[in-house]
Amino acid sequence: MHPVVKLVAQRLALGALLLLAASALIFGLTEVLPGDAAQAILGQSATPESLANLREEMGLNRPALTRYVEWLGGIFTGDLGNALTNKLPIADQVSSRMSNTLFLAFWAAIISVPLALILGLIAVRYQNRWPDKIISGITLASISLPEFMIAYLLIFFFAVQLFWAPSFASINDSMSLLEQLHAISLPVAVLTLVVLAHMMRMTRAAILNVMQSAYIETAELKGLNAFSVIRKHAFPNAIAPIVNVVMINLAYLVVGVVVVEVVFAYPGMGQYLVDAVVKRDVPVVLACGVIFAAVYIILNIVADVVSILANPRLRHPK
Amino acid sequence: MTKPLLQVRGLKIGATVYPPGEKPHDIEIVHGVDFDVEAGKVLGLIGESGAGKSTIGLAAMAYGRGGVELTGGTVHVNGRDVLQSSVRDVRRLRGAEVTYVSQSAAASFNPAKQIMEQVIEAAVLQGKFNKTDAEQRARDLFAKLGLPDPDNIGNRYPHQVSGGQLQRCMTALALCPEPDLVVFDEPTTALDVTTQIDVLKAIKDAIRDTGVAALYITHDLAVVAQVSDHIMVLRMGEMVEYGTTDAIINHPQEDYTKALVSVRSIEHEEKQPTEPVLRVENITARYKGTNFDVLHNVSVDLSPGQTLAVVGESGSGKSTLARVITGLLPPRDGTITFAGRTLTPDQPSRSLEDLRELQMIYQMADTAMNPRQTVGTIIGRPLEFYFGLKGDEKQKRIQELLDEIELGSGFQDRYPAELSGGQKQRVCIARALAAKPKLIICDEVTSALDPLVADGILKLLLNLQKIEDVAYLFITHDLATVRAIADSIAVMYQGKVQRYGTKSEVLTPPFDDYTDLLLSSVPEMKLGWLEDVIANRKMESAGN
Repeated sequence: MHPVVKLVAQRLALGALLLLAASALIFGLTEVLPGDAAQAILGQSATPESLANLREEMGLNRPALTRYVEWLGGIFTGDLGNALTNKLPIADQVSSRMSNTLFLAFWAAIISVPLALILGLIAVRYQNRWPDKIISGITLASISLPEFMIAYLLIFFFAVQLFWAPSFASINDSMSLLEQLHAISLPVAVLTLVVLAHMMRMTRAAILNVMQSAYIETAELKGLNAFSVIRKHAFPNAIAPIVNVVMINLAYLVVGVVVVEVVFAYPGMGQYLVDAVVKRDVPVVLACGVIFAAVYIILNIVADVVSILANPRLRHPK
Repeated sequence: MTKPLLQVRGLKIGATVYPPGEKPHDIEIVHGVDFDVEAGKVLGLIGESGAGKSTIGLAAMAYGRGGVELTGGTVHVNGRDVLQSSVRDVRRLRGAEVTYVSQSAAASFNPAKQIMEQVIEAAVLQGKFNKTDAEQRARDLFAKLGLPDPDNIGNRYPHQVSGGQLQRCMTALALCPEPDLVVFDEPTTALDVTTQIDVLKAIKDAIRDTGVAALYITHDLAVVAQVSDHIMVLRMGEMVEYGTTDAIINHPQEDYTKALVSVRSIEHEEKQPTEPVLRVENITARYKGTNFDVLHNVSVDLSPGQTLAVVGESGSGKSTLARVITGLLPPRDGTITFAGRTLTPDQPSRSLEDLRELQMIYQMADTAMNPRQTVGTIIGRPLEFYFGLKGDEKQKRIQELLDEIELGSGFQDRYPAELSGGQKQRVCIARALAAKPKLIICDEVTSALDPLVADGILKLLLNLQKIEDVAYLFITHDLATVRAIADSIAVMYQGKVQRYGTKSEVLTPPFDDYTDLLLSSVPEMKLGWLEDVIANRKMESAGN
């Protein structure tokens, strides 16, 4: 078997194992928290008898392992259970929420990833000169500010003062794509500013590291101009570290957008999770937790696989 | 008279240095050098490290490596002063009129791209050829340089070909754009001798057939004597001597050149074997996670106070043997007897006595010392560890050791970064001696040093052997070193001992094929040696 196939298969198997472990951890954590679904439904003033009855009815008295296996089986068949608060199937709600979150993440990624790479390349080209310093300074400032702060600043200037974009990013299916994009322009801008610095700085560092190599000198002595040297010879060798950081940031765009979604009242996964926590809706919290874990693990596997494929020694063995 | 292809006048080159504990300041590393290279001629630049040879070579491409700056003088290529040219014109010069072959092709090829793409890149970029013609030319060059499967080797990635092949690919890369001048910067230094001779021949033939001029930079006079028309000897950024190859090799004028030309000046009388201090018997070893043995049934003896040279090419298993003896790699089979005791296979289970009596010196003195410790601390550590010496006693012993390695007490408070390469290696020798060992394993200890410095280290080692009665297991690929210091020799090839015995036995014909190849591949300081060797080999293979 080709070694790359073997390595990729290994990564996938490991990812599946990791996801299983994560689901057990999430389930275990909600288990050890004080109170359970029955307590949450009946509230603090419930009598012990009514609690016991409800637990019996909901099957909460059975051993944790049995319930875990049942819950896990449900996930495999696409059944995430029902929410406590409105008794509706979680899967239906998650799918619309998730598509909103992915919509936001997609556009933030489309803008931030190429921008980060280009800015990183420019920073390397003009290393320690003013373009590098300006890029580094601005991206560092944007990552240092808390994201809600950036969000409110953008709202103040672009929504309140200039009326360019709405401060509430509510979208629905009846809107055209352009209207939807207009609605989410501010949250996308915030997310871009938040993830840009990390990716740009890693791009810069990874390429600068490669720029020390002897083959960069070879390229310079062939008469290539500085940008060609970076693009053709340095970048292909810096892909692995860059992809890893890009994937971590993409995962953040899906998983870490809680604050941004709340500030802009955007109907995504983050807000859904916050609502569920506030209402102690344990099955929803569980479902969100597993989905977030899956996103993280899948994106990191992608990063691993790309790193493997980017390595010519693995791709073309002797 | 027409102007020479390359004319260098009063070239001065400076650099910013960052010495530890001092403010960065500018120094001059080349102090006004003049020379010409005529079209189609080869000029050898020779000198030790720090002589400025590579820096001067790169100046012909208006390139300063790292923080190096070309501060004065003129460099005319085809009549244009490239130091005054615009960035654009300099880019048109590089890769078109002047090209470069570096010491390490393995590092100079981009690992992410196929060889062909890199070989033709400059030729296509500079508009010398279109892609199809450039590829055809590259394939012709691959064939001319004796590469296997010249039609397809370009489709491979750099890691898929051997070091010697890659060095030839690099030469093809430099010749592909039909340049007027090629700068060869130690192109064969990183290769094994048996590979070097083929690459050297390939380069020489390619230079002759294409009529290109060359600057051939090396520290090895015997190598440069084979390829160049003229030689310039450099030392510390200044020219020492310039002349035809014949004049420099056969009638050197300056003392420094004479020292370079004279083969090693070491006198060493071969000792006869006695009851061995180290006995290696039938050692077979492999590395974890691999399924082939790197050592097969290796047996050698080493007598007290004598030197066993283990010689072979890279990959022959000589360093692995050292790892087995020190216990870093437990063997699969075989025993090691040291000072009458059988050594346990793995290092952690060995007694303090075993550890003390078996010391090691490494190739890279730089990385073998803690840069944040002073020389005194470095040498003092084994004194504390093995003998529990403290205070005045320790100081006194450190003094003695520093005297023995001819450095003197002033060095005690210095840091490794303040020492030259030779001085660092001396400190490592003192550290090994501090343990009063019976055996020191010397792993390529002079390979990273300039010839004259290496000579000094070898003399020191032999001298210390007389005083301390210590045995050396001397691992090296350099046969000249072996001739200079060995009492017995083991020639290793592909993990086996190919030939073993006292020095005179091993170096006296009849030879086995491999030893013959190895011995005849060592460059000799005489004109026409390369052609003689190649002709001999052709005759032999024809006779067979």
